[in-house]
Amino acid sequence: MTPLGHGDLPELLTLLTGDEKHDWSSLSTLDVLWVLYDRVLEPADRFLLSKGHGPTAYYAVLAAKGLIPVEDLTGFGGFDSPLGHHPDRVLVPGVEISSGSLGHGLPIAVGAALTGRRVFCLVGDGELDEGSNWEAVQWAGRIGLAALTAIVVDNHSSTYHWPGGIEKRFELEGWTSAHVDGRDHDALERAFTARTAAAPHAVVAEVLR
Amino acid sequence: MTTMRERFYRLAADALEDDPRVAMVFAEIGVAEMPRHPRLFNVGIREQLMIGVAAGLALEGMRPVVHSYTPFVVERPYEQIKLDLGHQDLGAVLVSTGASYDASHSGRTHQAPEDVAALAALPGWTIHVPGHPDELERLFTRSLAGDDRVYIRMSQETNGAPVHGDGLVVLRDRSGPFVLAVGPTLGATLAATDDLDVAVAYLATPRPFPDAALREALRGPDVVLVEPYLAGTSAGEVSRALRDRPHRLLALGVRNAEFRHYGTPAEHRRAHGLDAAGIRASLLEFVS
Repeated sequence: MTPLGHGDLPELLTLLTGDEKHDWSSLSTLDVLWVLYDRVLEPADRFLLSKGHGPTAYYAVLAAKGLIPVEDLTGFGGFDSPLGHHPDRVLVPGVEISSGSLGHGLPIAVGAALTGRRVFCLVGDGELDEGSNWEAVQWAGRIGLAALTAIVVDNHSSTYHWPGGIEKRFELEGWTSAHVDGRDHDALERAFTARTAAAPHAVVAEVLR
Repeated sequence: MTTMRERFYRLAADALEDDPRVAMVFAEIGVAEMPRHPRLFNVGIREQLMIGVAAGLALEGMRPVVHSYTPFVVERPYEQIKLDLGHQDLGAVLVSTGASYDASHSGRTHQAPEDVAALAALPGWTIHVPGHPDELERLFTRSLAGDDRVYIRMSQETNGAPVHGDGLVVLRDRSGPFVLAVGPTLGATLAATDDLDVAVAYLATPRPFPDAALREALRGPDVVLVEPYLAGTSAGEVSRALRDRPHRLLALGVRNAEFRHYGTPAEHRRAHGLDAAGIRASLLEFVS
């Protein structure tokens, strides 16, 4: 299958949802996912979507990159569809972890990165409420787990917010960090690839709703 | 004789040396008993992370071994066990120490008689309850070679001798009630029934439950389960195995109660009716 481009994403999203709207900017993860799959991820890398809620942007990007069949998109959420409202890695070979329950991806990413594998893990700012994330952030920082990149898509959905900034919490635990506009493809690419220390790296991608 | 726990640490250290696929994920408990090794990961007192890290290692083709005290292996990170291992379809070997009341003096927080029932509620787990360090060695070594989900429940209680053979092993083939002793309850069960017309069989692997072996070994209608964890944990399995046969079941084990006692393991065993006198009294009442 010929890989599709960024311009094909609206059509793929319409296949998923049946929604004809033209402005998909409400999808907070779409640009981050596109930049990762289009410019950053190497075949040997792993991308773990921890924030599995609302995976339409994820499925659209996977389909655009030929990692899942485009024809699967139309059955989204159906009884026999491999594509559910939370992804299942056993049903979808292109999906690297099953997610839905928050706070599971980052600890798994830490384990995978221990083998030296380059691992990118996407979490949400609301998801960071779950304490299991901080177990992973603390330990990965202390052991200097440089193979790990956490991407926090910050669309200000956490009820109690993160006073002082999300990235400060990662830095305190020994991570490097970057804070970028989650819609700016070049800035995202730079943030994902510019690593300055033998430490895990956190990219806070801010997306205003 | 070395304890199961001592044997485990030696086997674990050897496995790290011998098998590059093996990695250990500990949460402080047991770290001091092991030589340092680059694939022995101590995540600190972070049990959710312990299971998540094991899953990530398994995702990369490793064979992770997770170890801690029973409640901190099975109960605290229960959703991680369900999702990070089960739902991801990844394997690991979870090895707990402490059993139901090894830490009797530590109170309820360190006692976990419900562990096997909780884990057995999740699909795909093999559960081993060895009754002797030699059985632990056989079961642990075999588990390392696989890629499935295995729970090994170590206990400081042990039987006088190991039982050789897998699955349900008939030790006394008599015509009376059929007593099935799990793991370290065998010693007390044998002592309780020595002079009785009672068949005694042994089981160190309660999951998957040996339906066919039970059906084959059973002569009469009476079954007595003796389990070292929550009473009735395998009652449903017996019921399923014998669904088309009239039978009676007595399920002995740890009582489901908020048990606010310290003291010794022997005192707890007695209080739950799992010492020889208690097992005998329950059995005689059941058949009278």
